[in-house]
Amino acid sequence: MDVPLIELSGVVKSFGPVSVLKGVELKAFPGKVTALVGDNGAGKSTLIKGLAGVQPYDGGEVRFDGAPVSLHHPRDASRLGIEVVYQDLALCDNLDIVQNMFLGREETEFGTFDEGLMEKEASDTLRSLSVRTVKSVRQKVSSLSGGQRQTVAIARAVLKKARLVILDEPTAALGVAQTEQVLNLVRRLADQGVAVILISHNLADVFEVADHIDVLYLGQMVAHLDADQTSRDDVVGYITGTKVQQGASA
Amino acid sequence: MSTPRTPQTPQAPQTTGPAPDTSVNDVNDLIGSGQEGSVADQARAYLQRIQHGDMGALPAVAGLVVLTILFSFLSPFFLTERNFANLLTQAATLVMLGMALVFVLLLGEIDLSAGVTSGMTMALFIVLVNVHAIAWPIALAIAFAAGILTGTLIGFFVARVGIPSFVVTLGLFLGYQGLTLMIIGSGGLYRVQIPEIRDIQNSNMPVWAGWVMLAIIIAISAGISFWDRARRTRAGVPNRTIALVWIKLGVIAVIGGAAIAVLSRNRGQSVGVVEGVPIVVPIVLVILWIGTFVLDRTRFGRYLYAIGGNAEAARRSGVKVMAIRWSAFIVCSTLAVVSGLFSISKVGSIDAAAGREIVLSGVAAAVVGGVSLFGGRGRLMHAAIGALVIAVITNGLGLLNLPAGVNLMVTGGVLILAATVDAISRVRAGGSLMRT
Repeated sequence: MDVPLIELSGVVKSFGPVSVLKGVELKAFPGKVTALVGDNGAGKSTLIKGLAGVQPYDGGEVRFDGAPVSLHHPRDASRLGIEVVYQDLALCDNLDIVQNMFLGREETEFGTFDEGLMEKEASDTLRSLSVRTVKSVRQKVSSLSGGQRQTVAIARAVLKKARLVILDEPTAALGVAQTEQVLNLVRRLADQGVAVILISHNLADVFEVADHIDVLYLGQMVAHLDADQTSRDDVVGYITGTKVQQGASA
Repeated sequence: MSTPRTPQTPQAPQTTGPAPDTSVNDVNDLIGSGQEGSVADQARAYLQRIQHGDMGALPAVAGLVVLTILFSFLSPFFLTERNFANLLTQAATLVMLGMALVFVLLLGEIDLSAGVTSGMTMALFIVLVNVHAIAWPIALAIAFAAGILTGTLIGFFVARVGIPSFVVTLGLFLGYQGLTLMIIGSGGLYRVQIPEIRDIQNSNMPVWAGWVMLAIIIAISAGISFWDRARRTRAGVPNRTIALVWIKLGVIAVIGGAAIAVLSRNRGQSVGVVEGVPIVVPIVLVILWIGTFVLDRTRFGRYLYAIGGNAEAARRSGVKVMAIRWSAFIVCSTLAVVSGLFSISKVGSIDAAAGREIVLSGVAAAVVGGVSLFGGRGRLMHAAIGALVIAVITNGLGLLNLPAGVNLMVTGGVLILAATVDAISRVRAGGSLMRT
């Protein structure tokens, strides 16, 4: 098997007395889409917040490119090339598309913004994703629809040539056509050699794009599956806890 | 014009200079930048933004024009050279305080202690000079240090400890009144006898310096416009039609030229000649320009807007939210000291009540000008225009010999009117009252 880009082992996280992650293992490979599935409360969001450096893990090891790394701040994650697209689309309504895409990593010249360069890169990125719904890159985000916001959020992650992109329920709020576009985009990302972790409740989406499926159940990873060697019923079984994989982490 | 139906798409390359890469026409044409098209297209896009509730300072400018026309009919003194200069110096303190507050209002925070901070630091300044005989530049430096310390203190409690800024600065509002009282002593009043400080509000630049100032403003404005265009060209994105640059420079030249022409005429009442732009005006303009530059073109400014719009999004993007919040309060308190300086220069004395009343007028000025109290929206220029509106009301009603009560009631009415115009435009555009 290939070398994983990122490898988590024994990751734990608790909020007060509530233990949310109880020693989780996870691998993501360059050029592959790893779907992370699990029921509500399984710990998916906590797991990715740790990867993003927003909410550091209490313990466990994270290896990136084979070397142990610490993720204690969003900057740690972005330095490694980890980008997260959140479910609640972390965009500033009062800023325009370019400003949102470059937030936290603006292009400057003599300490002042190079707006032309940012505008160019932003519209190039959107164009490379075949975005057809956005009228102007200088539109305020408050004037965009839910699907357009999702697009901007994903484009934001793509902009800086991320090596690991984590998508949290990217299709939850989208219509049929836009879901298809986003899934195509996910596939295209992986084909470019990016490691993608896709979190989704929608198993149809998962089976459409994922190479590997990891199932989280009550804070533990109960199954690592290859998408082409498993079935929908199996995955549902693992998600609901009625099925246990031989040899998976206990 | 030729392409009136598609103001947002880059369909008019003949007017936009370097056209964007045309090799992938089918997709390329779908994403514009809002920069394309003729003057008429840009004007139409601007009107569209206004209809969508993005009014900016427009209501305040309209109010300023209406009030000016109204008062010039009601009082023969309103439109005189002398009153115009007087109005500018009367407004300077409030303009400065309003601009100071913009930095915290953008975050959705407030600084109720900005007024008493200006009062306390000026009391310290004058007592150090008058009582302790300290050289005034050193005393002024100490006053500024006290202002910076105040902002640091507020920032610590708001950004670090996490107490709402309303509570922290309300506490400081009370505390600093006490501190000022102790510095000055009960019932005391100190004269401001430093000529350099008195000159800020009471002396004028030579007539030629006013024109030089206008030339510099136009030169800087043109320089920046062309620098921006050069960078956009280099990046290969379309520029706005160059006519807009000439229009902007023309407007600055005409309005600025008219103001300086008026101020250059002799407005003395007796034998002495009084002419030229008051010294306070270039000071305000420089601070306004630097502040606007920082807000529009640097990370600090961008992050203020981002935090005001969605603090969590800013945090996830790696913005040091706490540090930015903290510094905003320091900037606000420091600029409040400048506002205090203008105030004592105008009044010529300081007492224990200094700065107690003005802070809410400063907030009102910002809101009248179009700055949002919920954060994320507003510019320094908005606060300056809002402050001018309030100053015109005070000045005009004063000329009509109306009682002070009427002034306060009218100012309050204008504030509510401004907020209403803003809210209605927002609701009509489909937004909610609470959002930016």
